[in-house]
Amino acid sequence: MSTDGAGVLERILTEDEAAILDAWNTALREGASLQGGRIREAELRTQAKAVLGQLRDALASNSLDADGEGFAPLRETLADISRSRAIQGFTPTDTANFVFSLKEPIFEALRRSADVDASTLAAGVWAAGKVLDRLGLHTMEVFLASREEVIGRQGQEIAELSTPVVRLWDGILALPLIGTLDSARTGVVMENLLQAIVDEEAEIAIIDITGVPTVDTLVAQHLLKTVAAARLMGADCIVSGIRPQIAQTMVHLGVELNVVSKATLADAFAVALKRTGRKVVRQQAPAEERR
Amino acid sequence: MTVTKTEALPVRSGDDVVRVRQRVRALAVEIGLGLVDQTKIITAASELARNTLDYGGGGDVRMETVLAGTRKGLRLTFEDQGPGIADIEQAMTDHYTSGGGLGLGLGGAKRLSNEFHIESTPGSGTRVTIARWK
Ligand SMILES: Nc1ncnc2c1ncn2[C@@H]1O[C@H](COP(=O)(O)OP(=O)(O)OP(=O)(O)O)[C@@H](O)[C@H]1O
Ligand SMILES: [Mg+2]
Repeated sequence: MSTDGAGVLERILTEDEAAILDAWNTALREGASLQGGRIREAELRTQAKAVLGQLRDALASNSLDADGEGFAPLRETLADISRSRAIQGFTPTDTANFVFSLKEPIFEALRRSADVDASTLAAGVWAAGKVLDRLGLHTMEVFLASREEVIGRQGQEIAELSTPVVRLWDGILALPLIGTLDSARTGVVMENLLQAIVDEEAEIAIIDITGVPTVDTLVAQHLLKTVAAARLMGADCIVSGIRPQIAQTMVHLGVELNVVSKATLADAFAVALKRTGRKVVRQQAPAEERR
Repeated sequence: MTVTKTEALPVRSGDDVVRVRQRVRALAVEIGLGLVDQTKIITAASELARNTLDYGGGGDVRMETVLAGTRKGLRLTFEDQGPGIADIEQAMTDHYTSGGGLGLGLGGAKRLSNEFHIESTPGSGTRVTIARWK
C-alpha cells in the first residue's frame, strides 16, 4: 500500500502542480507565514516551488521513507529554510506550518482527480500524511538546533560587546562594566583595558560599576587585580558608580579597593581632567561674544 | 516560626551561582526586604554558593520564606557533601583562604546576615544556614 501511495502522490503532484502550488501559497499567506514582512512573498513562493519539485522527485524513488536516501535533497532544502526562519525570528509554529499547510492542498487535489477511486484516494491521503508529518518534524528539529546555535553565539557576542573600553579624552579611558563579572569575563575585560592603556598611552582609567548588580568577594578580587595590572602599565584607576547599597555591603564584607572612588562617572571624569591638568569651563555668554 | 514557602536549587556550576542570586533577589523582594537588605542577603548567598561550588565540590541550596509572628524573613541553607572544614574558627577568620581568595566570604556572609550557623564534619560535608529578617 505504501508504494501505491507514493505512486499516487507523485502522479497528482505532476498533473496538478500549478493548482496545488497556488492553494499552498494562499494557505501560507493566510497562515501569516509572511510574519509581517520578515520574508517577502516572492521568496516564500520560490521556496514552496522548490520544495514541491523536490518532493515529487523524492516520491519518484517509490518510497515514503522521509528519512531515506531519496528524500535527502528535500531534507537539505527544508533544513536551509528552517535555519533561515530561526535566524529571521519566526515562531516554531510558523516554521512547522510551512510543511503542514501543504497537506490540505494535496488532499484537495486527490479529491478533485477524476480517475482516483476510493481506495487509491485513501492510499494517497495516508501517504501524504505520513511523509509530511515526518518532514514537518524534521523542520522543527533543525529549527530548534539553529535557535540554540543563535543563542550560544549571542551569549559570546554579549560578553565581548559588554566590555568596551571608551576613550573619554586624551589619556583618559573609561570601562563601563555591565552584568555579572565572572572569571572568564574579567579576563576579557582586563585584556581589553590593558591593551587600550598601551594604545592610548592612558594615564587614568575609570572603571564604572553602575551596571554590576552584585559586588561579592570574587568581583572585588577581580577589580583589585584589574586595578593592580593597570598600575603596572602606568595608569591610575578610579572606580565610579558604587551605589550606596553596594558600598554598605562592601564594608560588611570587609573588602577595600584602595583606589579613589566617585559616585558617578561624571564625577570621576572631572577628577581625571583635573589630575591631567585640565578643567571644563562654561563658555562666555554668547551675547558678549558677539559684541 | 512557620515556613511559608520552600524552594531548592542545585549549586553545581558558575551559572547556578548566578541563578541562586537571581532567585534570592526575587524572594527578598517578595517578602518586602528593602534595597539594602536585598543586596546584603544576595551578596551573602553569592559567597556561600561559591564556597559550596569551589570547596564543597557542589551541592544545593534550600530557600525558605519564614514567618515569626508578624515578621517575615528569608532563610537559606547551603549544603554539600564535600571534604568539610576541619578548623571552623580558622575558616571564619578574615583573610584566611585555602584557595587563593580574599578569605572574606564566610566572615562577610555572617556580617551580612541576621543569623548565621555553620556545621561541618570533615570527610562528610558542610552546611551553612543564614537568615535575614525584614
Ligand atoms: N563548603 C566548604 N567546604 C569546605 N571548605 C570550605 C567551605 N567553605 C569554606 N571553606 C574553607 O573556608 C575558607 C574560607 O572561606 P571564605 O569564603 O571565607 O574565603 P575564600 O572562599 O577562600 O575566599 P573569598 O570567599 O573571600 O573569595 C576557604 O578557603 C575554605 O578553605
Ligand atoms: Mg568564599
